[in-house]
Amino acid sequence: MNSDRFDPRDAKLVIAHIVFAFVALFIGGVAGLLQGMVRSGTITLPADIGYYQLLTAHGVLMALIFTTYFIVGFLFSGVSKTMGGALLPAARRMAWIGYWLMSIGTVLGVILILLNKATVLYTFYAPMMASPYYYIALTLVVVGSWLSGYAIFYQYIKWRKANKGQLSPLFAFMAVVTMLMWQIATIGVAAEVLLQLIPWSFGWVDTINVLLSRTLFWYFGHPLVYFWLLPAYICWYVVIPKVIGGKIFSDSLARLSFILFLLFSIPVGFHHQLMEPGISPMWKYIQVVLTFMVIIPSLMTAFSMFATFELAGRARGGTGLFGWMKKLPWGDVRFFAPFMGMLIFIPAGAGGIINASNQMNAVVHNTLWVTGHFHLTVATSVALTFFGITFWLIPHVTGRTLTKQLNRFGIIQTLLWCIGMFFMSGSMHLVGLFGSPRRTSYTTYNDHPEAILWMKYHVAMAVGGMILFVAVILMMYILFALMKTPKGECEFPIAEVSEHAEPTPKILERWSLWIGIAVVLILIAYTVPMAGMIMNDVPGSPGYTTW
Amino acid sequence: MHIHRLERIWLIFGISMLFLFLLVLGVGTFVWGMAPPHSGNHHSFDPTKVEEHAPFDKPGLKKIGENHYEAVMTAYVFSYAPDVIEIPAGATVDFIVTSKDVVHGFQIPGTNVNMMVLPGEVTEISHTFDKPGEYLILCNEYCGAYHEVMQARVIVT
Repeated sequence: MNSDRFDPRDAKLVIAHIVFAFVALFIGGVAGLLQGMVRSGTITLPADIGYYQLLTAHGVLMALIFTTYFIVGFLFSGVSKTMGGALLPAARRMAWIGYWLMSIGTVLGVILILLNKATVLYTFYAPMMASPYYYIALTLVVVGSWLSGYAIFYQYIKWRKANKGQLSPLFAFMAVVTMLMWQIATIGVAAEVLLQLIPWSFGWVDTINVLLSRTLFWYFGHPLVYFWLLPAYICWYVVIPKVIGGKIFSDSLARLSFILFLLFSIPVGFHHQLMEPGISPMWKYIQVVLTFMVIIPSLMTAFSMFATFELAGRARGGTGLFGWMKKLPWGDVRFFAPFMGMLIFIPAGAGGIINASNQMNAVVHNTLWVTGHFHLTVATSVALTFFGITFWLIPHVTGRTLTKQLNRFGIIQTLLWCIGMFFMSGSMHLVGLFGSPRRTSYTTYNDHPEAILWMKYHVAMAVGGMILFVAVILMMYILFALMKTPKGECEFPIAEVSEHAEPTPKILERWSLWIGIAVVLILIAYTVPMAGMIMNDVPGSPGYTTW
Repeated sequence: MHIHRLERIWLIFGISMLFLFLLVLGVGTFVWGMAPPHSGNHHSFDPTKVEEHAPFDKPGLKKIGENHYEAVMTAYVFSYAPDVIEIPAGATVDFIVTSKDVVHGFQIPGTNVNMMVLPGEVTEISHTFDKPGEYLILCNEYCGAYHEVMQARVIVT
């Protein structure tokens, strides 16, 4: 068997995940388009569909389903490729069970949203109480993703046993960190759903501790965004250098940055709760400090990326201070789409620092600024990187080629996405600074003069949304066209480490050490404030259905 | 572990900036008293019996000093009580707010007043209204089908 050929059984698994992801993106995109038009006063919905139902569907399908399916599919592709050329039978079995659990959960969840039984958005804040089956549906999605993680751990452990003393492939190492972080992070939401929401929504208990439920949610909610980002970083570190004909700048720094994400992305959830009562300013500030620590690995990543670009550009004959930039393969969508994602991560990250800046959060908290922020981070930096991966991953696993025409469509798709996002996210940021709230249907607040001034920005948001929707349709076309291109070879780009890089220290794979530090940091950040929430004999809240 | 000289400079600069930002935030919070809104201590009470607990047994606007007021308010689907507050320009208002049902927001666009209102908890924030006008209080946390109409006014004359 040709060693470069992707295992056909794993190909099926990868395709199943990626296609499911894009179907979710499409339905979520329809919801997003309609939301933009409703909010700007362009259309009114028929009476039996609510704005907040669309918003719930959009959030769940985009933030939870599109991302998780794509991530799992992408990680499996790289794990299969770099650790033995095929998943072990037990790993593949676990992966499929995970896939079906997640899919049952998704379908059940979407049905409940459509039935208006779960119009609680994807953050499902208590004491708004959805159907218990909505919480069960989300549980199935999370448990399914756990099984995918176990499959990756299993493959990794077996690989290390068979390759004693060898450094694990960088892709595999990063996949393990991503899934390990996910396991630790989802403990919070699992505790919230299993111990609080499900018993309460079935009526087995009468009340719920609201502050505790929110804290458990955000214990999970912030690392969730790093769960989206880390696979994009895998592409940036491992894939992009190969695409541009360069090498990985430093294997050890790449691994170190992932370890720092494992340590610092979890004990930081309070920066989503800065404006809320019941948590003392001291504990909020401590988590703000930890939040700022998680910026360090992103600074490292930014340096590595541009170092790789410059080295590759110079190797291709670029000269002068910036002449090497001209030598980068701008016409290659496998580079161009993720590159635009990286570029946009600069303002996106700066916005994130503003959001996390303790008292400064008061200016932007729960305004459209925040919506604008994560439409740059997850919906541009991460999404464009995932699109960029799709262009080679689908042809690679199906034994086809990326045609010139589809490459060109990909470039157009990327540009459309950036233009649409410029209008949509740009106006969200601006109008958010003026105070326009997020997650709110069309309103002028009884014609309050300030709220009327916001409307033109809401119209610009809707225009951006329409451009983005065209880009989603084009991406769907490209996805299915990629499965019909001529047979041939399309590389799975895995870069080699630069010969100038130092050998990687073994300590980076001492998992007990890193998990131990992560647990200690979590205990420091959460023990005292959480104990306060639990031990004060807080009277709980009954459930409400307010939609 | 070896780190390239340029990367070391970049990281030292970046990390120093982060600590500088943190210092500014810390001084603002703990020295100048600009902590994010909170309840001075953890007041928890039964959220279904809001009216039985002080100060919510007597909601409304109360003058507590020279041009200084206390606004005791409740948030509920889909309004606030009281829903109009009238004060003279230059007045400082201490807002003391809780929820009678789900989680709500409390934001006054054009000011730094922005906070979460949770059932069973009390959130407090102060603001001085220097300019006359009709200020909008809006709910910025999704609370149900008519979330977008939830509002109140501060009328400064």
